[in-house]
Amino acid sequence: MTTTLPLRTRGLSWRVRVRGVAVALIGLLLLALLMALNMRLGDIQMSLAEVVSGAFDVHSPAHFVIMELRLPRALTGALVGAALALSGAIIQSIARNPLASPEILGVTTGASVTVVAGVVASGSVTGGTSGLLTSLGIPALALVGGLIGAAVVYGLAWRRGLDGYRLVLVGIGVSAVFTNVKFWLLTIGDVTDTGRAMVWITGSLNSRGWEHVTPTALALAVLVPLALLGTRSLDALRFGDDTVTALGVRVNPARALMILSAVLLSAVATAAAGPIAFVALASPQIALRLTRSAHPPLLCSAIIGAVLTTAADLVARTAFSPIELPVGIVTAVLGAPYLIHLIWRSRK
Amino acid sequence: MSATTLAPRLHGIRHRRITVLLALLAAVVVAVVLSVTIGSKPVPLGDAWHALTAPTGTENDLVIRSLRLPRTVLGVLAGIALGVAGALMQGHTRNPLADPGLLGVTQGAAFAMVSSIILLGVSNLLVYIWFGLAGALVASVAVFALGMAGGRGGPTPVTLALAGTAVSALLAALTSAVVLLDEQAMDVFRFWQAGSISARGADVVWQVAPFILAGLVLAMVNAPGLNALSLGEDVARSLGQNIMWTRTIGVAAVTLLSGAAVAACGSLAFIGLIVPHLARPLSGPDHRWLLPYSGLIGAGLLLLADVIGRVVAPPGELEVGVVLALMGAPFFVALVRRRKPVRL
Repeated sequence: MTTTLPLRTRGLSWRVRVRGVAVALIGLLLLALLMALNMRLGDIQMSLAEVVSGAFDVHSPAHFVIMELRLPRALTGALVGAALALSGAIIQSIARNPLASPEILGVTTGASVTVVAGVVASGSVTGGTSGLLTSLGIPALALVGGLIGAAVVYGLAWRRGLDGYRLVLVGIGVSAVFTNVKFWLLTIGDVTDTGRAMVWITGSLNSRGWEHVTPTALALAVLVPLALLGTRSLDALRFGDDTVTALGVRVNPARALMILSAVLLSAVATAAAGPIAFVALASPQIALRLTRSAHPPLLCSAIIGAVLTTAADLVARTAFSPIELPVGIVTAVLGAPYLIHLIWRSRK
Repeated sequence: MSATTLAPRLHGIRHRRITVLLALLAAVVVAVVLSVTIGSKPVPLGDAWHALTAPTGTENDLVIRSLRLPRTVLGVLAGIALGVAGALMQGHTRNPLADPGLLGVTQGAAFAMVSSIILLGVSNLLVYIWFGLAGALVASVAVFALGMAGGRGGPTPVTLALAGTAVSALLAALTSAVVLLDEQAMDVFRFWQAGSISARGADVVWQVAPFILAGLVLAMVNAPGLNALSLGEDVARSLGQNIMWTRTIGVAAVTLLSGAAVAACGSLAFIGLIVPHLARPLSGPDHRWLLPYSGLIGAGLLLLADVIGRVVAPPGELEVGVVLALMGAPFFVALVRRRKPVRL
């Protein structure tokens, strides 16, 4: 089904892909369902009515559980998942490579180095990670590390313009350095600190609160429209630089803007929840196969990223209660078989 | 161009290729000499020769024969294996991001090793390596089967790459879950993950050598077919290539080579990623030359990185995987910046 509906008003017209819209709507419905489940399930099971009354009644015992624990955590998950997936979709379109992910931009790997260094260093200095470091220091470290990582990749890849292919190759090189420095840092610390750092590296939503939701939501409010505005140039960019230039798109500014939004999206997401595995890589590929479009659709990718992360966190939080798994383990365990299923199904 | 002018040109290209091959071989020999003689206890060249040819049980003889020699041989084997596997992998997937780990071998090996620790209480290096090898082979077969099912009439590059990434992500997640539950598994895993060729005796060399040699034979058999495939599947088919067969041999070679190397030395797949990019400007696109060049560059680079790792942080050592990334990646980036990369 590749039907497109023309949508015209005076002076403006869009082509709306029916299948894309259907996927987006079903995705949003699923997301709402998962959010509701996320509110209901946990150590204390609640009915939907209890959830609603708890949310509005400040004095009810459920209020704290819903408004301070479950809701901010679920929102962080959805927002971070959407941001990572959108960032992945942009990178895969620009690199024209399904294996590309924000790791290529040095964001997640750069953040991992600063955070692991922080955890290992603070472990050896104070004998344990202090509360302040966990709540404020780690997001800040991750943001700084992510942006430095991206700046290094971008700076090294720029050479009289930016070639998608060169960006990817430089990104691989820089990421390899960061990853191996991270491996090395993991070997020098105490094994308990290594464990703590591993939880963050895998991506975790444990004890995320409003202080994580607010900055992520603000950043997304700016960045998502910016990224969606670039869809048209992204559509063109996949034809290769020469063709695009001939089509009249100013290649470098368009690409620079898209890369910048991808960097900021994944940096903000990583700061809030760590580099949650596989969301950025798998969501665009899942969206691509569900909508049957020519390149990863941005909005659908973001919705699928949010669905995947929220579903994964629900499992991570409740499946092995009272042990909470890092969400990144579950995103891969849920996302990988689904992607495998889609690859399997696509055979003719 | 007529045949009379073409013949001398081809002859010249062949001549140049053999010269480069000999130069690379000489570089590997130099790296071997450095690896045998340099370390926390430097051994003069004469003593090293003495230890290799007529050992009398001196301290230097022991150092050379029980530590340096196995380490060097393992480095050469792993370097060749990962270099060749990387070139094969990039050729088959036509993707410059493909590394030998793409078939899931690294994560397969890691998962099998940590599972053997937590489930069976294994604590012997040789046994880990068997588990690692088995895990690498199983993961790779799974990826290939999946890539084959996903493509039409054989695994296509994109389905193979995606299937590999999906399976790797799944196994990596399971590995994280295991090591987060078990501190002992975490302790083994974090050192294996950094990648090292030290403290593995001659028995490890004997353990993995047959797999690597078999993989090298398959790789060279695969080279002409891969040349045809790089022209596109339709052209290859019209040239009489059995695509399915060519891909199967290629994947079998990559599995044996990288599975054995990774199980023994940890995650060193990065070397397999950069080496073909270094070799391709020297060899051109012909895989019959690209594969040996990649193997030799891989061996030289791995040994050099290992030697540097021994001397930079006395009294300790830096893992070879870390040195490789710190040394290889800037070089790789400089190379990418300096010239237009040779596209696949």
